[in-house]
Amino acid sequence: MAAWLERNVPRILLAPSFLAVLVFVYGFIAWTAWVSMTRSRLLPKYEIEGFIQYERLFAAPRWDTAMNNLFIFGALFIVVSMLLGLLLAILLDQKIRTEGALRTIYLYPMALSMIVTGTAWKWIMNPGLGIEAMVRGWGFDEFAFDWVIDPDMAIYAIVVAAVWQASGFVMALFLAGLRSVDEEIIRAARVDGIPTWSIYSAIIIPSMAPIFLSAFIVLAHLAIKSFDLVIALTGGGPGYATDLPATYMYAMAFSRGDIGQAASSAMVMMTVVFAIVVPYLYSELRAKRG
Amino acid sequence: MEAMLEIRNLDKSYGATEILKDINVSAEPGGFLVLVGPSGCGKSTLLNCIAGLESISGGSIHIGGRDMTHVSPKDRNIAMVFQSYALYPTMSVARNITFGMKVRGVDRATRASKLQDVARQLQIEQLLDRRPSQLSGGQRQRVAMGRALVRDPQLFLFDEPLSNLDAKLRVEMRLEIKKLHHDLGATMVYVTHDQIEAMTLATKIVVLKDGVVQQIGSPAEIYRRPANLFVADFMGSPAMNLIPARTSRESGGTRIEIERTGGAPVVLIDTRNGDLPEEVILGLRPEDIAEAGFRAGEEVQEVKCLIDMVEPAGADTFVVSRLAGRQVTARLHSETTAQPGSTLDLAFDLGKVSYFAQDTGERLN
Amino acid sequence: MVDATPAPLVNPRAGQVALRWLLFAILALFALFYLMPLFVMITTSLKSLDEIRSGSLVALPVQVTFEAWRTAWSSACSGIQCEGLRPYFWNSVALTVPAVAVSTLIGAVNGYVIAQWKFRGANLIFSLMLFGCFIPFQVVLLPMARTLGFMGVAGTIPGLIFVHVIYGIGFTTLFFRNYYVTIPVELVKAAKVDGAGFFRIFWSIFMPLSLPIMMVTVIWQFTQIWNDFLFGVSFSQAGTQPVTVALNNIVNSTTGVKEYNVNMAAAIIAAFPTLFVYAVAGKYFIRGLTAGSVKG
Repeated sequence: MAAWLERNVPRILLAPSFLAVLVFVYGFIAWTAWVSMTRSRLLPKYEIEGFIQYERLFAAPRWDTAMNNLFIFGALFIVVSMLLGLLLAILLDQKIRTEGALRTIYLYPMALSMIVTGTAWKWIMNPGLGIEAMVRGWGFDEFAFDWVIDPDMAIYAIVVAAVWQASGFVMALFLAGLRSVDEEIIRAARVDGIPTWSIYSAIIIPSMAPIFLSAFIVLAHLAIKSFDLVIALTGGGPGYATDLPATYMYAMAFSRGDIGQAASSAMVMMTVVFAIVVPYLYSELRAKRG
Repeated sequence: MEAMLEIRNLDKSYGATEILKDINVSAEPGGFLVLVGPSGCGKSTLLNCIAGLESISGGSIHIGGRDMTHVSPKDRNIAMVFQSYALYPTMSVARNITFGMKVRGVDRATRASKLQDVARQLQIEQLLDRRPSQLSGGQRQRVAMGRALVRDPQLFLFDEPLSNLDAKLRVEMRLEIKKLHHDLGATMVYVTHDQIEAMTLATKIVVLKDGVVQQIGSPAEIYRRPANLFVADFMGSPAMNLIPARTSRESGGTRIEIERTGGAPVVLIDTRNGDLPEEVILGLRPEDIAEAGFRAGEEVQEVKCLIDMVEPAGADTFVVSRLAGRQVTARLHSETTAQPGSTLDLAFDLGKVSYFAQDTGERLN
Repeated sequence: MVDATPAPLVNPRAGQVALRWLLFAILALFALFYLMPLFVMITTSLKSLDEIRSGSLVALPVQVTFEAWRTAWSSACSGIQCEGLRPYFWNSVALTVPAVAVSTLIGAVNGYVIAQWKFRGANLIFSLMLFGCFIPFQVVLLPMARTLGFMGVAGTIPGLIFVHVIYGIGFTTLFFRNYYVTIPVELVKAAKVDGAGFFRIFWSIFMPLSLPIMMVTVIWQFTQIWNDFLFGVSFSQAGTQPVTVALNNIVNSTTGVKEYNVNMAAAIIAAFPTLFVYAVAGKYFIRGLTAGSVKG
């Protein structure tokens, strides 16, 4: 008995976590998938009815807006954060004496709650007293900056706040990547008389492909899960103008009492996340074993 | 005398892959058993099985006459030294050495006195308060040995303990381990891929390949009478010359003919070995080919050879010639006047010759 | 690592100096961009509402007042409740501390098992846990709400702790596993031969080695859980809400005048713990971020 226990302690200790993951991740996904195939409203029903919820979902203009917004927001957020992060990383890589302090400044937003970020930017971008009023105060009476209340522009206001929050993190990733490039290769390139610009564009940046991929995955993941920032900054408004799938799902689940819609929208979100993450993780795990 | 370590019909497999196949090995008390083979041959796995760190799929392991097949490592009365030393990084040298005793509930006074004994023996008294990260490679090696010595086990296990040291230190530590073995009279099992370590340390060598025992024997047996082509090639540096040859019966003995390009075949007559198949591989160590006139004996036969290359190595000079399409190395004295491109009379000592079957690679004589 | 090479000017040195200055100017400008919101938050929180209405966004306060901070802490209204952020701040503390401690501990043990005591299937379990880190939590919100109700902890702090622990162990396990996997397996073998068992090896050999990864994990979990909004807003009720939810309620409460200074003070209070941790242990925070994203 004691020997059996001794041999199986590792299994026994891992078992609860394994069970928890099975039930609370995979079991729950299965539950949500099941319910997304039913006519559940305020309470879940368990009779499978096919894809009616998905048909309703894809016919709903609000979901359409949410998916469009996700596309605009995701694309801009990822591209701008990557470019800004890369630029900052390269600039910081030039043997700057104050690098430590600057890095700290660029990265601190990542420590904040999205709710705090949203609250701050909501105040900064509010037309009455924020940037718009400030610039008008400088004498530019025609200046307008009312993105947060403009249905066509509000999604871009969210992009600004999100980039502010996450670009420093991309910078940190890229800086670590730049530092991990083999010093000897760079020395060799410099001995060959290759200019700094070309060293970056032809040698260093191409060798950072895996880091670009990681950054992309993390940012895409953040974008799809974005919920807090929208709630705090625009509340999904004006109207539904800044709804994202995450806010749509939440509204259906907790204020509209439409569990079927909530479940089907959650399943679509998960499908999008997995379409991005699974190939990446799979290749990572394979590479580790190979 | 009962064996200190007795391995019978040991099998080990991971799923469908067989790592070790039907291993039968024993070590006598006070013996120094070396498991040698190329990487991936299963020698370290075998050592881990002896230690109980890996379970086995079949067979049995007896240590000190007791069946230890299913006994956990801590109860096998063994000590082990690892390739990476595996010193506990957050513990001082003293705690590294005494950790095992502490776990076993040995009292403080005994621990202290044993620690002092071992530290003196290994000359690491001044290092006892240091952390492993503050030690040099050689010092770490000593601490790892100390951790094993303090156990005073029935069986010492060494897993390539010298392979992380530089060449000079390796030779020093090799001597030290040999001395330790001599002084303690303990039974040791030692894994290495370095055939020189195997030759110098062992009282008994086990050559492994692909999980199968190729040969078991004293260093001299293994070196002089390798059981097959693999052992012949693996043990010894430079390796044994392995030359394809044809044989035929003649009145004076066996006629051995070795092809060579751009010249008449080499013909040797072996008066001792008969009954050889027509096609054989002839094996001769470099030191068994000398410059004519420097080796005498009944079986020594001289052959004029074209020298391709000359490699002075200090004490000896190696010359390389070409026979039957193979490079053949001879170990000459350092004052030889051999020049690349010239011919030289080489003396082949057929008294030391090995024959192997061309198809199976097994030894024939 | 790469110096700016001289620009092809008449005087290469002068060119290089100019380039250096340009570089610093750009970097400083970005620093301003990142600092501006924090600056605006702090100055706004120290102004009176009148001064906010009359002055510029970026102006320093003429008359520093801590009134907004007092209000934010103890009497700001969210909906009908007017207790300020204080009770919710303590809710967050009460749920974050145990959730971080428990999930870190479980992660340490899991990581130790997966990295050093491999058994058949351990890798599969790890892969399943790793994929679990990536799910959008929306997909578990509905069943979790029902499960918490079923367990009788719906809308309570223990319920929230449970949720955070469950969805935290994926990451904590990942952190510890990746750290322990770099420790040679021979260490465990040596300790086994020395007679130590599973727990003894964990406690005497791995724990003393684990301080850095412990810091990384604790800081990561602390930041995640403190800053969480989704679980907080979904699984709490009036009285048990964490500080992020309360902050959002105060800021977006539709009754009364908009008290921007109070909002900013409340936002800073909600942000303070994680900012403080970032300030004192930023190194570990960054390591966690990069480790959390460069996985495997």
